[in-house]
Amino acid sequence: MTRLGFVIANLGRRKTRTILTLLSIVTAFLLFGLLQAVNVLFSAGADFVGATRLVTQARVSFTQPLPMRLLPQIESVSGVDQVMWAQWFGGVWQESTQLIVFATDPGRLEAVYPEFVMPADQWRAFRETRTSMIAGRALADQYGWKIGQKLPIGSNIFPQKDGSKSWTFDLVGVFDGKDEEWQRNTNLAYVNFAYFDEANQFGSGRAGTFTIKLADPDRAAEVALAIDTMFENSPDETKTQTERDFNIGFFKQIGDIGLIVRWILFAVFFTLLLVVGNTIAQSVRERIPELAILKTLGFSDGAVLGFVLAEAAALCVIGGIAGLGLATLAGTMVGGGNLPIAVDHRVWTAGLAAIVLLALAVGLLPALRASRLTIVDALAGR
Amino acid sequence: MSEAMIRVRDVHKSYVRGRQQVEVLHGLTLDIPNGDFVALMGPSGSGKTTLLNLVGGLDRPTSGQIEVAGVRIDQLGSGQLARWRARNVGFVFQFYNLMPVLTAERNVELPLLLTGLSAAQRRKSVAVALEVVGLTDRARHKPKELSGGQEQRVAIARALVSDPTVLICDEPTGDLDRRTADEILGLLQVLNREHGKTIVMVTHDPKAAEFARRTLHLEKGQLLEQAA
Ligand SMILES: Nc1ncnc2c1ncn2[C@@H]1O[C@H](COP(=O)(O)OP(=O)(O)OP(=O)(O)O)[C@@H](O)[C@H]1O
Ligand SMILES: [Mg+2]
Repeated sequence: MTRLGFVIANLGRRKTRTILTLLSIVTAFLLFGLLQAVNVLFSAGADFVGATRLVTQARVSFTQPLPMRLLPQIESVSGVDQVMWAQWFGGVWQESTQLIVFATDPGRLEAVYPEFVMPADQWRAFRETRTSMIAGRALADQYGWKIGQKLPIGSNIFPQKDGSKSWTFDLVGVFDGKDEEWQRNTNLAYVNFAYFDEANQFGSGRAGTFTIKLADPDRAAEVALAIDTMFENSPDETKTQTERDFNIGFFKQIGDIGLIVRWILFAVFFTLLLVVGNTIAQSVRERIPELAILKTLGFSDGAVLGFVLAEAAALCVIGGIAGLGLATLAGTMVGGGNLPIAVDHRVWTAGLAAIVLLALAVGLLPALRASRLTIVDALAGR
Repeated sequence: MSEAMIRVRDVHKSYVRGRQQVEVLHGLTLDIPNGDFVALMGPSGSGKTTLLNLVGGLDRPTSGQIEVAGVRIDQLGSGQLARWRARNVGFVFQFYNLMPVLTAERNVELPLLLTGLSAAQRRKSVAVALEVVGLTDRARHKPKELSGGQEQRVAIARALVSDPTVLICDEPTGDLDRRTADEILGLLQVLNREHGKTIVMVTHDPKAAEFARRTLHLEKGQLLEQAA
């Protein structure tokens, strides 16, 4: 037996309590890992490195559609290869299920997103059918849609000219992702912009946002700057960023994610502090005589302090590492693609710091109490 | 028997209780030679445990001198005292006070973690100590799988394992039946006679005291007589 062995043996004193405490630490650090990953993602600045596409939106908000007349000007910017536009359709399936549906030009979608693969005849049908719609593999599988079906898709934004918010589209194609990562991002659908543009009540001429395929990824920052400068001080000021940042902004719209995440983490750790703190305090309280015996045998006050702190640390380290490990696993399963959540070294560094802080916060007071015990009083139960 | 192993000189001990100061030992003087086995008797509250704690270096006198094996332990700081205890004294208590999460052999090994011994050396010392108390076959048992007498044997092995010169026993048989008590007392006698341990034992039981070489009576913080 070593001193560490003794510490571990003491954790086995109340197995159920230890396991429950461990579980709460694991859960907290799983949450911590994932939320911190989101936090890192959302607080990261613009990153143009390796961007192949830019998205231009209205400067105030992407919910503000940009007019179609900007298209030729954007296309004229040097470094721009292809431009497509997409209008958020606000698709609703069966009254209540929100779908990700954009209205876009079929030919331009094919040109700008080579990552989406679909047989040529389906691309052609998408272009040539007036009321056409294509769905990603994941979405089509989820609702069992088959090519040739007429799909009633509502819109919670755009009524038709007759005022009805229910639309019907012909499903003419199902696209897939070119690799595993893109396959995970096929839970969306596109409808033919031409039809949408002429049939919606608000009239035509709105493009929504522009998606730009770059001729040269290295010029991403430069092209973005050129576009935004071009429309500066016009009624249609723009904000151009990488596709990745745009996607993040899309989720940010839900609220200040960073702030929400911090509050959740604060609540989680406060609770954890109480739970684990209570466990350690209780475990010290119920073995005062044992701690006194350690001192009787010749262990110094510092050694006893060390034992209790080590016990707290062992709980926090085991639970914390397991939780962060699980978060890393979960991160690789849900992350990637448009929302690259990765439980990376930054998250781990923050996590390990949190483990140390937690161990000190829950262990220090009970450890000090244990180290200050006077042997004769503790042995006599005073 | 040779020169005094334990020398107590004019020791006073008082406790502060609330606003009151209560003196428990009133200028006590006592010599215990090396190799002695002393039974300390007296009514409850007479200060037996208090005296034992002072001699074992668990507590310090309010005034007076205590010398054990040539060391003035009343002058040691608490860190020094802890180190001194680890090397020089073994303790045995009425309620055994074993670590419930550790097996018998690990309980016995615990004090050796304070020494520089290797794992193999520790294992050997533990085996010897368990052999002396006759519990080799219970080495892997946890305290709650042992009888009271067996637990006390483990406690004695733990007190012995670092080979201290002095054993301090506070009512070691207070919680045991006659037969088991006699076995434990016989064991202490062997440790005294054959291993040369100096033993100071508090007991309420006159039969237990008969196992010692002599008996001291403490009353109201003062020694009554010294029977040879
Ligand atoms: N830490 C303490 N604080 C206050 N009073 C104490 C303390 N320790 C002992 N006393 C008091 O000192 C007196 C002697 O106590 P001690 O434990 O030495 O008696 P004892 O002879 O061992 O008695 P018993 O046979 O019941 O074990 C008692 O009145 C006890 O209440
Ligand atoms: Mg007593």
